[in-house]
Amino acid sequence: MNTGPVTNPTETLALELRAVMVTAMRGPNVVVAQNVNWAVREGEFWILAAPQNTGKTDFMMTLGGITSPAAGEFRFFGTTMPIFEEARLTERLRLGLVFDGGQLLNALTITQNIALPLRYHTNLSQAQIDARVNELLKTTELTPWAHNTPVNVPRAWQQRAGLARALAMQPDVLLLDSPLSGLDPRHTYWWLKFLDELMRESATKNGKKLTLIVSGDDLRPWRRHANRVACLHQQQLLVLGDWTNVAASEESIVKELLREEVVPRQRI
Amino acid sequence: MVDAAPTLPVASSRRSGVMRFGTEFIGRRAFNILVALHGVGAFALITLGVMVRKLGVARAVIRPLIAREISRAGVQLLPMFLFAALALGFLVIGQTVSVLSRLGAASNLLGDIMVIVVVRELGPLLTAILVLARVGTATVVELGTARATGEVESLEALGIDPVHYLVLPRVIGMAIGIFSLTVYLILGTLISGYLWAFVQDIPLLPSDYFSQLAGALTYLDFVLLALKTVIFGFIIAIVTCYHGLAHPLQLDQLSRATVRAVGQSIVACVLLDALFILAYLML
Repeated sequence: MNTGPVTNPTETLALELRAVMVTAMRGPNVVVAQNVNWAVREGEFWILAAPQNTGKTDFMMTLGGITSPAAGEFRFFGTTMPIFEEARLTERLRLGLVFDGGQLLNALTITQNIALPLRYHTNLSQAQIDARVNELLKTTELTPWAHNTPVNVPRAWQQRAGLARALAMQPDVLLLDSPLSGLDPRHTYWWLKFLDELMRESATKNGKKLTLIVSGDDLRPWRRHANRVACLHQQQLLVLGDWTNVAASEESIVKELLREEVVPRQRI
Repeated sequence: MVDAAPTLPVASSRRSGVMRFGTEFIGRRAFNILVALHGVGAFALITLGVMVRKLGVARAVIRPLIAREISRAGVQLLPMFLFAALALGFLVIGQTVSVLSRLGAASNLLGDIMVIVVVRELGPLLTAILVLARVGTATVVELGTARATGEVESLEALGIDPVHYLVLPRVIGMAIGIFSLTVYLILGTLISGYLWAFVQDIPLLPSDYFSQLAGALTYLDFVLLALKTVIFGFIIAIVTCYHGLAHPLQLDQLSRATVRAVGQSIVACVLLDALFILAYLML
């Protein structure tokens, strides 16, 4: 089931992994996945599913360039990762990463957290930064929490602040680590709706397509939203492709992750 | 009858065991010291590299952080240093006056003693230790918590160099803070020293006292004082940031990291102080 990288030269690959080995962030000797071959095209919406504590976060950290692959080749829009060297900063800023729980800087308020990448990387005036941050606060419904520090904000809203911070630099690829974990139905509904709108708007507004990769331990909420599926199982990445392949899959892990679909019907 | 196999005397065997244990202990300690030196040294070089390469990068973000650190390691400690200056003046003058009075030299040597003891030795070292206690320990806890809660990874994900954002302001802030506080402490101690001498009826006019101070001070005192205090600040900031940041930490390891950082900072400062004493003697 592990598909090799796409080699069609006319298609733009956002991410491309060839024979990659992923190790745990806090234990480099622990292998999370090996011999990973995966091609993510521009504009695709992937769900990377795996049960809890199987290394989803470590996998996302490698995709996000936080940890380097232990082996293999990892390309981001054709550039070999890791891409943290200053010469590749422009490429690095094309990638947004939303951590599980937001992982905001505790010394800063929500507004300051969202403004940080803009203040650090751009020459925008304070008025322009304020306008952009206010727009993000409004879009993510964070305005009431704007001047609070993260410790005074509930976890679900911290997660949204992490999303707003990642969107501040208008990335081309957005990685979301377990965005639905621990959320109530209202927040879950908001996230699914928001990500759908984000994908739709990116295709129509900017002309450039946003690529989304989300991780989760349950495939059901993503059935009507993500258009590509991959599963992490026993140190292997099973690249399933579209939902037809998922339905036809005989893999036990897929059956485990694909239970009866439950999507909130209305906003609470 | 078969002869028994020759055996070492019990005392000799025990002695060799103790020696082996001692050798292993010393070897292990020496190895640990080398590992720590290697880690801190590499971290210091990385920080210096970032300092040179990114001095003008993201000034709007970094400058307020530097100002905050100068405030933390300088301005906010002024009341404590006022008290320390009064206490140090009393300590030095109280002890020396009693000895010098017996020799009849109390009014002639006070200025020289204040320069040797306060300006060259106790002022910079005491300042460094007080700043380490008040700010250095807080730095380990702050950065260790940031590391444990994933803030460092957040910065990396945003394309922000954690050394630039978290370490550089602390290094600059602590170097400027320790230099400034040392100057305040020395000035305060020199003034309080005279006041304590006055209280003890030492026949010394203020003009004579300041003439003695001016006579005892050389240009080298000013140069080495500035150099020493800035390096103290750099060392304390580097060691505390290293222990908070360089290794992935669990929150329950923070206290041990803090203790290690304090111990290593004090040892490094004292060794540096010894080097400066040699410099004074040789120049």
